[in-house]
Amino acid sequence: MTAETKFPVDQDILTSFSKDRNEPQWLTDLRLSSLEKAETLELPKPDKTNIKNWNFTNFETFQNTAETAELSDSAKALIGSEEDAPNLIVQKNGETSISRISEELKQKGVIYTDIQTAVKEHSDLVQKYFMQDAVSADEHRLTALHAALLNGGVFVYVPKNVEVELPLQALYVQEGNFGLFNHVLIAADVNSSVTYIENYMNDGDAYASAANIVAEVYAADGATVNFGAVDTFSSEVITYVNRRAQVSGRDAKVYWALGQMNDGDTISENTTYLVGEGSYADTKTVAIGRGTQKQNFTTNVIHFGKNSDGQILKHGVMKDAATSIFNGVSKIEHGATKANGEQTERVLMLSEKARGDANPILLIDEDDVTAGHAASVGKIDPIQMFYLMSRGISRREAERLIIHGFLAPVVNELPIESVKERLIEVIERKVY
Amino acid sequence: MSAPNLKVEDLHVSIEDKEILKGFGIEVKGGEIHAIMGPNGTGKSTLASALMGHPKYEVTKGNATFNGEDLFEMEVDERARAGLFLAMQYPSEVAGVTNADFVRTAINAHREEGDEISLMKFIRKMDEKMGTLEMDESFQHRYLNEGFSGGEKKRNEILQLLMLEPKIAILDEIDSGLDIDALKVVAQGINEMRSEDFGCLIITHYQRLLNYIKPDFVHVMMQGRIVKSGGPELAERLEAEGYEWIKEELGIEDETVGQE
Repeated sequence: MTAETKFPVDQDILTSFSKDRNEPQWLTDLRLSSLEKAETLELPKPDKTNIKNWNFTNFETFQNTAETAELSDSAKALIGSEEDAPNLIVQKNGETSISRISEELKQKGVIYTDIQTAVKEHSDLVQKYFMQDAVSADEHRLTALHAALLNGGVFVYVPKNVEVELPLQALYVQEGNFGLFNHVLIAADVNSSVTYIENYMNDGDAYASAANIVAEVYAADGATVNFGAVDTFSSEVITYVNRRAQVSGRDAKVYWALGQMNDGDTISENTTYLVGEGSYADTKTVAIGRGTQKQNFTTNVIHFGKNSDGQILKHGVMKDAATSIFNGVSKIEHGATKANGEQTERVLMLSEKARGDANPILLIDEDDVTAGHAASVGKIDPIQMFYLMSRGISRREAERLIIHGFLAPVVNELPIESVKERLIEVIERKVY
Repeated sequence: MSAPNLKVEDLHVSIEDKEILKGFGIEVKGGEIHAIMGPNGTGKSTLASALMGHPKYEVTKGNATFNGEDLFEMEVDERARAGLFLAMQYPSEVAGVTNADFVRTAINAHREEGDEISLMKFIRKMDEKMGTLEMDESFQHRYLNEGFSGGEKKRNEILQLLMLEPKIAILDEIDSGLDIDALKVVAQGINEMRSEDFGCLIITHYQRLLNYIKPDFVHVMMQGRIVKSGGPELAERLEAEGYEWIKEELGIEDETVGQE
């Protein structure tokens, strides 16, 4: 076997790690059973990308050894003032350095806390959702590893009828040869609404390492969850990220706005289960590939509920010798009458060596539905370039305009302003 | 600053190995307006595209200088920054890029870094020129040419001309698809530019645009080169009598070039 199964941890280390964190027994048990499963379970099989030789345990430790939680200036720059960002959690290698939530939200019963605290203070509530319906520990080796080595993340709970107006923000920083196993758990109760925004980044020198990220969103009747993310792991980090929503409530809505800007090899899954009648999913993804990175972005919307509506929109730009697969799957189960599934995947390639593949897939097991898809993979149009350059615009600047224009239909529609702004910044940096 | 000058000599241009221009020559100076007329398929648009540097057209022979510099040694954007402008017959559509962003980027491309046009100044100028061309304000924020009608695209080309203030402009069938009111508006825009520092090469099929923009020189193009030149009276005669008399005079049977 490859080095992948020889991750640097055993039952004893894990037991004492869990004990040090004063975790409830259920979590310790889950960790230990998952570790065992990780030994035998297979890796996931993302469609059209072979990850057999990817080293998802390419790290020295999963226990934070950073001497200080001090952040670099570039990380600090992402942290708003208490006035701008009253609800904020900042973690470096899983260790929480800032954790704040407005008094108002606290009084309304909103929980926004790091996962380590959550499992102690809200054990039953966390257990009710943690790796239950959305993501399960025994799906494959990476989810099992995730449950076993969980070392960072946050828990969000929004009680019935509470509308959280200002976003909950999170910044996750990884430093050194640290394996990050970050878990985001969001539970939105009946008729509540919340916006959560996360940023992932590396600090300090680039080290080979791995990130294993799972986000679970649970939306009850009439709940609305806005989920925004900007991922910017460095080229040395191998990332597995799985963001899923269980939209079980009637008329519940989940909006995903994902800026997938990692520089390293990345496997991303974004799945929404539309279980509730009239439930709605809107998933928007922008991705950029550069260097020699390999990426796979799979978006699934799975319809069980009658009148459920799922929208997938993904635009990707590939430069240098980057390779990316964009899979979009709209699956309508039998009984999901009047469901609607729409998807668009578009890839723009900037160089001869870049590869992009857009695969829209409709799987429909019900007659009374509507569905549609569009996909394109192409290069920059030389006639467009001629037109722009004929006005004095340099080749580089003309390309910049075309790329912005290409991404605009997604970026401009992102429902969260701060995610949009941050993304435009990262795009500028990544493409030019 | 010396007056603008575009000089083309013995120009041969091919597209996909088919020769379209066969020894074309002209000199356009600041203060002059030249009209190139001719039936369809005689190489007029090829001339316009080749001078701007369209990637599909290959210059096989001859030369062109712009203010004394070798035009064909310059990249497309360098030609534009030197002061050459082409109002295109079929402008591209660019999704996601607003008209205003595009024009501002183009203006700043003509200026030094650190000397970019201020937003206020830009907006004022854009408003003014759009007023001249009777364009609705909404065109500023629409994506570049996307979903524009033929006439709207033509106005938008002239808007860019007025915003960029080139030294020599080539107008490639800017009158096609315009009704008479739009034609007058566009002509007024171009007439605004008339000065010793501006030369213009108008490529057109019909004489009617020349009723509103008075040319100093009129050239007739057939078989990929100029076959007859004259003053404004030549355009009037063409309008009245068509092109047959020229063909008879010169013994030309088929005036087109590169047609299957």
